[in-house]
Amino acid sequence: MATKQDSTKVEETKIDARIPEGALAEKWNNYKAQQKLVNPSNKRRLDVIVVGTGLAGASAAASMAEMGFNVLNFCIQDSPRRAHSIAAQGGINAAKNYQNDGDSVYRLFYDTIKGGDYRAREANVYRLAEVSNGIIDQCVAQGVPFAREYGGLLDNRSFGGAQVSRTFYAKGQTGQQLLLGAYSALSRQIGKGAVKLYSRYEMLDVVVIEGRARGIIARNLVTGKVERFFAHAVVVGTGGYGNTFFLSTNAMNSNGSALVQMYKKGAYFANPAYAQIHPTCIPVHGEFQSKLTLMSESLRNDGRIWVPKKKEDSEAIRAGKKKATDLTEEERDYYLERRYPAFGNLVPRDVASRAAKERCDAGFGVGNTGLAVYLDFSDAIKRLGENVVRARYGNLFQMYEKIVDDNPYNTPMMIYPAIHYTMGGIWVDYELQTSVKGLFCIGEANFSDHGANRLGASALMQGLADGYFVLPYTIQNYLADQIQVPRLSTELPEFAEAEKGVNDKINKLMNINGKKSVDSIHRELGLIMWDFVGMGRNKAGLETALEKIKEVRAEFWSNVYIPGKEADLNNELEKALRLADFIEIGELMARDALMREESCGGHFREEYQTPEGEALRNDEDFAFASCWKFAGEGNEPVLLKEALEYEFIHRQQRNYKS
Amino acid sequence: MEKSINVTLKIWRQAGPKVKGNFEIYKLDNVSTDSSFLEMIDILNEQLIKERKEPIAFDHDCREGICGMCSMYINGQPHGPDGEITTCQLHMRNFHDGQTITVEPWRSAAFPVIKDLMVDRGAFDKIIQAGGFVSINTGGIPDGNAIPIGKNVADEAMDAASCIGCGACVATCKNGSAMLFVSAKVSQLALLPQGRVEAAHRAKLMVAKMDELGFGNCTNTGACEAECPKNVSISHIARLNREYLSAKFQD
Repeated sequence: MATKQDSTKVEETKIDARIPEGALAEKWNNYKAQQKLVNPSNKRRLDVIVVGTGLAGASAAASMAEMGFNVLNFCIQDSPRRAHSIAAQGGINAAKNYQNDGDSVYRLFYDTIKGGDYRAREANVYRLAEVSNGIIDQCVAQGVPFAREYGGLLDNRSFGGAQVSRTFYAKGQTGQQLLLGAYSALSRQIGKGAVKLYSRYEMLDVVVIEGRARGIIARNLVTGKVERFFAHAVVVGTGGYGNTFFLSTNAMNSNGSALVQMYKKGAYFANPAYAQIHPTCIPVHGEFQSKLTLMSESLRNDGRIWVPKKKEDSEAIRAGKKKATDLTEEERDYYLERRYPAFGNLVPRDVASRAAKERCDAGFGVGNTGLAVYLDFSDAIKRLGENVVRARYGNLFQMYEKIVDDNPYNTPMMIYPAIHYTMGGIWVDYELQTSVKGLFCIGEANFSDHGANRLGASALMQGLADGYFVLPYTIQNYLADQIQVPRLSTELPEFAEAEKGVNDKINKLMNINGKKSVDSIHRELGLIMWDFVGMGRNKAGLETALEKIKEVRAEFWSNVYIPGKEADLNNELEKALRLADFIEIGELMARDALMREESCGGHFREEYQTPEGEALRNDEDFAFASCWKFAGEGNEPVLLKEALEYEFIHRQQRNYKS
Repeated sequence: MEKSINVTLKIWRQAGPKVKGNFEIYKLDNVSTDSSFLEMIDILNEQLIKERKEPIAFDHDCREGICGMCSMYINGQPHGPDGEITTCQLHMRNFHDGQTITVEPWRSAAFPVIKDLMVDRGAFDKIIQAGGFVSINTGGIPDGNAIPIGKNVADEAMDAASCIGCGACVATCKNGSAMLFVSAKVSQLALLPQGRVEAAHRAKLMVAKMDELGFGNCTNTGACEAECPKNVSISHIARLNREYLSAKFQD
C-alpha cells in the first residue's frame, strides 16, 4: 500500500476540469454547440498575447488573428520559424485510415490513452484524436509537401505503440514542414497587421489583475530593456522543460521559465515527474558536450535494435577488439523482438528506453562507454536496397555520420536514451485554461493529453490541435465575457510591481559576482537529474536529489558569475534567469516522483515493477494528476489531485507482448 | 578517432550595431576533434568567463542543423569548410593542429550586425510576410487526399521547402542577393496545386519586397547553391523567373 509522503501537504479541494457532459464522441460537438462566441466587431477590440511561435503558438496566433482578434506574438529567437518544433523529425499522427488497416478516431484515442499508461484525461484525448484529421487537411492546403505515393495520395509510416500506419511525414523533417506551414499562416497575418510580432523578446512574468491574467513583462533580448504588455488574455506555448537535465534533445534556448512564472502566479504545475526519455539518441561522447541529438523513432520501422548475446563480445567491442559486423546472427540479442513479440522494435518509447538501460546495466552495452546499443539497418538494406533506405532516412544517416564520423550504411548506428519531451506541464482544464482565469497554456507546455508517456508523432498532433482547432474556440468562451473590459493601462500598479520584481531579480543575479559560470552550475543540476530523477528512480535516490538540488540552488544564488551588463544583449544573463527556474522545476520533478509511489509510463520507480521488470501501476492510490500549487518562496508546494475517472476505457496493465 | 588539437581563433568582436568592430585573437588548446565547432566556441566562452571577460555572442539553438539559427562565416565560407551542413554540425575533425581559424558574422547590407557574430535576418521574415504563403484560413478545408499530387512533384516541392532560412546564400553571394531563398519558397508553392493559384502574384510581391530591403541582384554565379547547407538547387531561381515574368505579362 502506498503511504503518503510525510512532507507532502495535500489539499483536498476537488479540481474541476470542466469536461462537458455526454457520450465521449459527443462532448466536443456539444461544447462547441453551447459555448459563447465573440462577434466580429468585438473581436477587433480584444487583445490576446501568445507567447511562443512553435507549432502551438504560431498556429494559435495565426488562427485567432484570422478570426479577427488583435494578437501580440512573442518569441525568443530571431524569427518565429526557428522555434524548436522545427526539429521534430518523424511525423504526425492522424486517424485518416487511408491505409485501410483498421484505424479510426477511437483507435487513435485508445492507443494514446494506453500509450500514456492510463494517466491522461479521456475527454481531452478523444478530442485530440477527433481533430487530428483536420490538421492533415489544413497542412496540405498550406502547401506542406508531405510524402506521397506514386498514385499521388498521401503516404504513411508506422510509429511506436500502434499497430496501424497512421503517421504522415515529410522526409525526416516533418516538424520543420509543419512549423513552416504554421509560420507562413502567421506571416500572412503579420503582413496584414493582425499580429504584431515581437522576436528576440523573452517573457519574464505574467501580470495578474483582480485574479485575471492581463499581460506580461518581457525583456527585449537585444537592448536588455524590460517592457510591459497588456492583453485581455494570455496564451503560453513555450514548450517543455527537458533542458532541466542540461543534456537533452531540446534546443539550447528551450526553457521552462514561462511555466515557472505561471506557477508562481497561481497556475498549478501538473505531473512534473512525467518526462520522456527517447530511446534512439546519439550517445554521450565527452564532457564538453552541449546537447544530445535525436535519431527519429521512424528509424525503428526498418532498424533492428540489438546488443551482443555474450558479455565477452560486448567487452571485446568496448575494448575495440571486435566490431559489430564481426558478430553472426546467432551471437546477437534482438532484445525488443525477444521480449515484445507483438510490437517488436516498435514498442513505445518508455518501454524501449528501459529495455536499453536494462541491457547496458547488465553489462551488454557497446561503444567506448558501454552506454549504447546497436540500431542495425543491414536487414533493411538487404530487403529494400540501399537506395530505398537512403530515400527514407537519408538526412538522418547523414546527420549521424557528421556527428559520429561513422557510416551507418556499413556499420550499425549506436544509440542510447536521452531526455526528449516532458509530458508534465501547466495544468489546464478542458478549455486549455489554467487555474488562473484568462491564462491559457497550449502544446508541450501544458500537461493535458499524453498522460505518463507520449507516443511518437503525437507531439506535432497535439501542438497543432491545440493551436488550430481547440484554443481558438475555447478562448472565446472566456473572451465573450471580457468585451466590456477596455484596454487597460500598463501604468497600473500590478504592472509596475511585476516589472519591479523582474528588475530586482536581474539586479540580484548581476550583483552576485561569484566564481562559477551559469553552464557549469547547470551541468551539475543536469547530472543530479540524470542520476536520480532519470530512467530509474527510487525513494532514496529522490531524497538525495532533493538535498543536492538545494545545494545547487544555494551555490547558484551565491556563486554565479554573469559578465556584461543587464541593459544590453547578454546571453549569460538570459541563461542565468532560465537556470534559476530549471532549479525550481528540478526540485518539483523530484518531489513529484517521490510522491508517486508507482511506476507508470516514463516514470519508473524501481520499487514498483512486475516480476518481468515492467512498470507496475497502482490505480487504487495514484489514478490522479498531481497538481502542485505554489505556496510562497521557501515554502513547500501543496499537492492537489485531479481524479482521473475513466468512464469509457477499462484500465489494464499495458501489454505489448501479445 | 578522437584526438586533440590546438588552434588559434581570429574572431570578429563588435559591441553593437553602430560600434566599430575588430578581430580578436584567442588561443585554444586541447580541443577534441570530436567536439562540434560550437562546442569549441562554448569552451572558449567558458575560458573568457573565467577570465571575467565578455563571452562571444553568437546565434545558435537546435544544434542539429535544422533551425537555421547558427550563422558563422568560417575561413571565408558560410558554415565553414565541410559541405551540406550548418555551423552547428561542423566538427573540429575538419581542422588541423596549429591552424588559424577566422570567424566572422554574415556580411551583407540586408543583415546588419547586432553583436559580435549575431546578425539581424528579419529581412527574410519580411519577404515571407509579403507573400510566402497560401492565402487560406484555418478550417473549412477539403480532404488532404482530394487533389492527388505526383510523387515527383511532391518530392521536388519538398527539396525546395528544405530551406532553413539561415542566410548562407546571401552571405556568400558577391551581390548579397536573396534569390535562392526567395525562389525556394516561390518554387515550393508554385509546384503544388494548392499554391499554384497565386504563384505569379506571389513571385511579384516577394521579389518587390526583396528589392526594397536592399538585397542585391542575381548574376548566376551559383555560389549560393554551392554553400547551401540543404542543397537547395538554383533551378528554383529559373522557376521564380518564369513566375515573375508571367506576373509582369499579366500587368
